[in-house]
Amino acid sequence: MAKVDAITGWRNLELGITITEPGNSRQLRTGDWRSQRPVTDRDKCIKCGMCWIYCPDIVYSPLRSGYFNWDENYCKGCGICAHECPKDAITMVMEED
Amino acid sequence: MPKRVGIEVSLAASEAACVADTDVVAAYPITPQTHIVEHLAELVADGKLDAEFVPVESEHSAMSVCVGSSAAGARTFTATSAQGLALMHEILFIAPALRTPIVMAVTNRALSGPISIWNDHSDIMAERDVGWIQTFAENGQEVFDLIIHAFRVAEDPQVMLPIMVNLDGFTLSHVIEPIEMLSASEVRKYLKPYKPRIVLDPKNPVTMGPVGMPEVYTEAKQQIEAALTDSKKVVVKAWEEFAKLYGRRYKPVETYRTKGAKIVLMTMGSVSETAMTAVDKMRDEGVPVGLLRFRLWRPFPLEEFKRAVKGVKVLAVMDRAISYGSRQGGPVFTEVRSALYGTPKAPQIFGFVAGLGGRDITVGTYEEMVDKAMRYAKKKKGPTYELIGVRER
Repeated sequence: MAKVDAITGWRNLELGITITEPGNSRQLRTGDWRSQRPVTDRDKCIKCGMCWIYCPDIVYSPLRSGYFNWDENYCKGCGICAHECPKDAITMVMEED
Repeated sequence: MPKRVGIEVSLAASEAACVADTDVVAAYPITPQTHIVEHLAELVADGKLDAEFVPVESEHSAMSVCVGSSAAGARTFTATSAQGLALMHEILFIAPALRTPIVMAVTNRALSGPISIWNDHSDIMAERDVGWIQTFAENGQEVFDLIIHAFRVAEDPQVMLPIMVNLDGFTLSHVIEPIEMLSASEVRKYLKPYKPRIVLDPKNPVTMGPVGMPEVYTEAKQQIEAALTDSKKVVVKAWEEFAKLYGRRYKPVETYRTKGAKIVLMTMGSVSETAMTAVDKMRDEGVPVGLLRFRLWRPFPLEEFKRAVKGVKVLAVMDRAISYGSRQGGPVFTEVRSALYGTPKAPQIFGFVAGLGGRDITVGTYEEMVDKAMRYAKKKKGPTYELIGVRER
């Protein structure tokens, strides 16, 4: 299929920039403009899952260990997880740091 | 031989969509387009046209349905006028962006306010830049022929763009004229079944009209710009083939008695017939005047226009719409003047806004324009544009 990205010229785009591959939104990384990212201190984390529940972008997913994995491809750095964490285990860190 | 019948031009427009084997009609009635929609509804109800007729609740919905049905691969026709066209405005941009080859008859009427149901070109000129191919008919025969031609061009795999066929409200839409009606079998020689390049199909899902992020929006626009500009070749070729099959020859720019003309009047639409009468009268009186009219307005026929006015000393350009506050004349005038910018020995150009909201354009109106343009040209001084026939007191 014709690609829709930031390097393909107009001649190679699909007619009307139609997306001909179903479900290709999986390929789209939407978190690249984040300025801050959450970092969890697992010594403080009580595995309550509030970050997982509150995240508006479904960035957290439960691990077998009971902790929660964070997906950097989709997190926008909104800080809701850090705000909701009952143990203040999550801190927002500047991306360039 | 095709049958020549006396028929109201609106009905002929519907018959054209009928013999073109339209699959879907979604339209909302509005004066002066009403008879087109009514007759299409009749044709479908009587079983003469095997199409889905969608009686929508507004023109915004009409155009939305058209985009959807065209995207699903159906040959789609609609018609509107003035306020209806304005209500479609938002969706008009979507149709070329999704490359849906909809054909729409626009029965030109003045936009409010004040409320007016009568003819001018303020409705269509407000939709100049929406990315549709736009043609203008002079008479009933042309309305019929241009609609058939429109389907052929719109659905061409190299074009895939929607087309508006413009006809003047009342002065053309409501007159009865002798028209050579082509039959469905005759039209089939010219118009093959529509084969969409991309189609909405649940078995093979696609997303039409996705978000165009800044990374791709410009490229998407360029795709439409290139398709519309390049469509001229297809427009012209389709007219040439129309002439071969049916004998009637159409060109992007039509001229009348321009040979040896020092001054040329420029018009669009049905009032050009009166203009021809005016040219004949003035020619008889020794005025070296000719007439030029745009049949194709988008894409702008730049090369044909420049060739047609070569050697002409004065141009008197008529606009049927006002461009508030431009201070440089109506939309047709500003484009014509811009087209000739930098041309060596370019003619002097004067603009005249006339026939607004149904004000009559008579032979005398054209004589006044030509007289004034010649007088201004002689003095090399005159208003860039003016409203003809406006009462001051």
